[in-house]
Amino acid sequence: MEHYHMNLNLKVWRQKNTNTKGDFKTYQVKNISSEMSFLEMFDVLNEQLITEGEEPVAFDHDCREGICGMCSMYINGKPHGPWQANTTCQLHMRAFKDGDTIVVEPWRANAFPVIKDLTVDRSSFDRIIQAGGYISVNTGNAVDGNALPINKDNADNSFAAAMCIGCGACVAACKNSSAMLFLSAKVSHLALLPQGEPERKSRVMNMVAQMDKEGFGACTNTGACEATCPKEISLTNIARLNSEYLGASLSADK
Amino acid sequence: MLNAKIPSGPLENKWADYKGHCKLVNPANKRKLEVIVVGTGLAGASAAASLGELGYKVKAFCFQDSPRRAHSIAAQGGINAAKNYQNDGDSVFRLFYDTIKGGDYRAREANVHRLAEVSTNIIDQCVAQGVPFAREYGGLLSNRSFGGTQVQRTFYAAGQTGQQLLIGAYQALERQVALGNVTMYSRHEMLEVVTIEGKAKGIIARDLVSGKLERHFGHAVLLCSGGYGNVFYLSTNAMGSNVTAAWKAHKKGAAFANPCFTQIHPTCIPVSGDHQSKLTLMSESLRNDGRIWVPKKQNDTRKATDIPEEERDYYLERRYPAFGNLVPRDVASRAAKERCDAGYGVGSSKQAVYLDYADAILRYGKIEAGKQGRSNVSEEEIIAMGKDVVKAKYGNLFDMYEKITGENPYEVPMRIYPAVHYTMGGLWVDYELQTTVPGLYALGEANFSDHGANRLGASALMQGLADGYFVIPYTLGNNLADEIYSKAIETTHPAFEEAENNVSDRINQLMNIKGKQSVESFHKRLGKIMWDKCGMARNKEGLEQAIKEIQALKNEFWSDVRIPGEVNEMNTELDKANRVADFIELGELMCVDALTREESCGGHFREEYQTPEGEALRDDAGHMYVSAWELKGEHQWELHKEALNYEVIKPTQRNYK
Amino acid sequence: MTWKQVFTSSVGKKLVMGLTGISLVLFLIVHAGINACIFADLVDPEENGAMFNKAAHFMGSTVLIRIMEIGLFAGIILHIYQGYLLTLENKQKRAVGYAVTYKDGSKWYSRSMGLLGTLILLFLILHLYHFWVSARFTHQGLDPVTYNGIEMHNMFALMKVTFSEWWIIAVYSAGCISLAYHLAHGFQSAFRTLGVYNNRYTLMLTSIGYAYSIIIALVFILMPVSFKMGWIG
Repeated sequence: MEHYHMNLNLKVWRQKNTNTKGDFKTYQVKNISSEMSFLEMFDVLNEQLITEGEEPVAFDHDCREGICGMCSMYINGKPHGPWQANTTCQLHMRAFKDGDTIVVEPWRANAFPVIKDLTVDRSSFDRIIQAGGYISVNTGNAVDGNALPINKDNADNSFAAAMCIGCGACVAACKNSSAMLFLSAKVSHLALLPQGEPERKSRVMNMVAQMDKEGFGACTNTGACEATCPKEISLTNIARLNSEYLGASLSADK
Repeated sequence: MLNAKIPSGPLENKWADYKGHCKLVNPANKRKLEVIVVGTGLAGASAAASLGELGYKVKAFCFQDSPRRAHSIAAQGGINAAKNYQNDGDSVFRLFYDTIKGGDYRAREANVHRLAEVSTNIIDQCVAQGVPFAREYGGLLSNRSFGGTQVQRTFYAAGQTGQQLLIGAYQALERQVALGNVTMYSRHEMLEVVTIEGKAKGIIARDLVSGKLERHFGHAVLLCSGGYGNVFYLSTNAMGSNVTAAWKAHKKGAAFANPCFTQIHPTCIPVSGDHQSKLTLMSESLRNDGRIWVPKKQNDTRKATDIPEEERDYYLERRYPAFGNLVPRDVASRAAKERCDAGYGVGSSKQAVYLDYADAILRYGKIEAGKQGRSNVSEEEIIAMGKDVVKAKYGNLFDMYEKITGENPYEVPMRIYPAVHYTMGGLWVDYELQTTVPGLYALGEANFSDHGANRLGASALMQGLADGYFVIPYTLGNNLADEIYSKAIETTHPAFEEAENNVSDRINQLMNIKGKQSVESFHKRLGKIMWDKCGMARNKEGLEQAIKEIQALKNEFWSDVRIPGEVNEMNTELDKANRVADFIELGELMCVDALTREESCGGHFREEYQTPEGEALRDDAGHMYVSAWELKGEHQWELHKEALNYEVIKPTQRNYK
Repeated sequence: MTWKQVFTSSVGKKLVMGLTGISLVLFLIVHAGINACIFADLVDPEENGAMFNKAAHFMGSTVLIRIMEIGLFAGIILHIYQGYLLTLENKQKRAVGYAVTYKDGSKWYSRSMGLLGTLILLFLILHLYHFWVSARFTHQGLDPVTYNGIEMHNMFALMKVTFSEWWIIAVYSAGCISLAYHLAHGFQSAFRTLGVYNNRYTLMLTSIGYAYSIIIALVFILMPVSFKMGWIG
């Protein structure tokens, strides 16, 4: 792999807090190595800003290995940037070339208000989970782990859905700001396991109701969420959620 | 000062006896008792959820935007449990023994045995929560093997076991939030422990969005804030992982135990340049199938694939034939360092060794061909089939490697090098997980208790969940039973006032320095001192020098750090400054501890104390104790020793040959 | 969960779109099938639209079908109303938009169902005015024609007259192309919304959806074109 260095123009969204209006600011960074991660390039920018006496750009990040789901930049018109199945922190600068202009925006959705610069508030996701994204089992209630064999395909599909990192890229990518991929990943994860069976109906109903309350849009199956999801959560999960929802509403008692 | 409160009686009955006799709090009283949980990783989330289920009023804090992001999420390989589903000779005793031995005989027998006992409950609990562990075709749970053991007892969910376990705990936590038993404070950082009459009674936390300081009362405070690996700047920890909560507790009187015991993980992606902000781990599970080697020739510049088999040195298989590539982490890390220091390193930096999957791909390919009943299969086809098998097992790890390095690990061997990964040391706790400050507890990586001088792979997840799900619900009750008469204290109490003022004074002091150097630059310098002089190998001279350098760095930090922005707003530089200031102080203590531990054991390798073959030389006669440090003043600590009495296990030199 | 709650939730609204959409898909098959009777002319030039006129007469004079027609209109109106409501609501969920929009992850027509629907609506108004209003109410431009002693409207002749102008043919073609793209997304989306998640069916339905969209649009476009080109009539 050939390594190289580059100079870049960055157009970054700056916003002091939720209540003030933001705008784009342009910055230049020089001598960026192709081996850096995108966030390390932002570290360089921030060091530069601090030296110049300006406030550094606030952005969410934590594990920097693509699993915590905290990083959340919308880069050149795609959540998490140009690579497929990738998070911002795992995007590396060899995706860019010398002289490129990179536009960086926060996730945009009413349900994800901007807190500062590129940082947004995703607590709506937590509240969706609170509405039913769990199996009600108190500590100590469990039977032996092997007491209930689980069909391997179901276990694998459940795991594939459970891989969701809750980053919100699906919402950011969706023209409707819908959280259906996130929601459906959790519904699928639990609906595919026998442990999830007792709360299966109420779970999907309550989680959808909470999603609507939080101000996310409705899904129109465009597939943008699946295309941008760092964990490649499948659109199939949304169809499964719809099936669960229909089943639950048709069999509701009242 | 140190009373470990280990129950009497035979080892295997201690925990059962304790549970049978500990004091209980009745449900009506639990509702009146408030518990603060700081940190929402495996230990914190499981503790908060379990205590909420019991009926306590819980307040949980995390600095991330959601409890689901805690760094437990990044654990890859798996979680150990003495289930013996494989019928390969595992048992509670075997897990207990392996953990004590893996920890180089510097852990408490009673704690570790309890850990091994509850390990099986953890798996059951997680399965019931819907954690999608890997399964066999028959629908039963699958296991893999891990370093330092000869049985298959590791449960896993591809390379994302930590994520799945944390999400299980997170969901249990969110359920309690929904039920109103737990109040969640995300984007909050604990900056002080409030003590009243010597007991922990609350915390001061900063709302990281508004910058406001908040007072929170609790009948007990649980610190589940993880380890302090980021003292090295470069580590596999998340960027936000910090020691601040534990350090504030230390400053309020909680003893800090074995701070020099840090684990250097052997399989990480090597540093690529000065810009590096963190290191990425490649799961230890890769050592199951991968073979580690360096060229037999020094400074060999050939491409890995051009080096013929007979010119490769599979040094782990050569030195440790019994365990081969699966020796414990400390042994594997030191062996890699030894080869690189001797000039056999690979890659542009020469600070790396190869982790090669070519053999495994061939082996799996042949098995696959056999399964399909095909003979006369070409080598290309075998390799293609083998790659598919490897992809199914380790695909996400290989993808990650390729994203970071730009190299395809299916074609060329991966380059790996050891990196700081876990800290065995932490706040000193007794059998009940209580620190030396009454009412203040430490769980998970934040405490020191179970891993001795070296942690075995897949044991961190086990310990975090054991503490949170199965230990603290009993031990906390035993102590809170005496608190049922103490009413909640108003946060207008002078102790809260004073604590908040201290925090606010320190923040103002930091903001008013208005120096020239960024927080990050200080952190990098601290990391370099620590890695060079208190890293994989330490010696007296280096440590003494490091202490001086850190003291000087501290002065420089407090006179020249530059923090832009305001106090009462989101200010990520201020957040970092608060953490780095604590890391600097901790760094000094780590060196002090490493200096006084005049032996080599586990992750602590003093160059002066080694066998002629270069293995760690333990000194059981002189150092079989836990070093618990009490802060006495700036740069001053008093050492308290907790003797380790091995009643069941006979310490021997660890031998993986 | 009351029915109201079910159908006013985001998933429920989509269910309404999907169900009405599928009923329209079925209607289009009937519509295309009956209108395709005009092509009988290709086989027998003496036919002069007899088969088509008879079929149209049957559709217009059968009570059950007239009742179903009410259902059809209800479905269309619901589909349009709900479609606009959803488009509007979804748009409002992102008050501040992006400087660079995300295009690579989805097909343009999947993102443009509202626009395509509007084009189809405009076409539909013209189309209804041309044929439905005339046949049901005004009888304008409709000559009587008698087969086997039964008098009926000569819809075939009306089509021939209507499709004599190029601009009308252009508008009809544009309407049908919009319809094709609308269906290319709508067909498979409707089934997903109804909860078909098995890969074997989704793959099948997606392929059928594309084939259906293309065939329906082609059949309809061929009608005005055939009249204008003099292939029939």
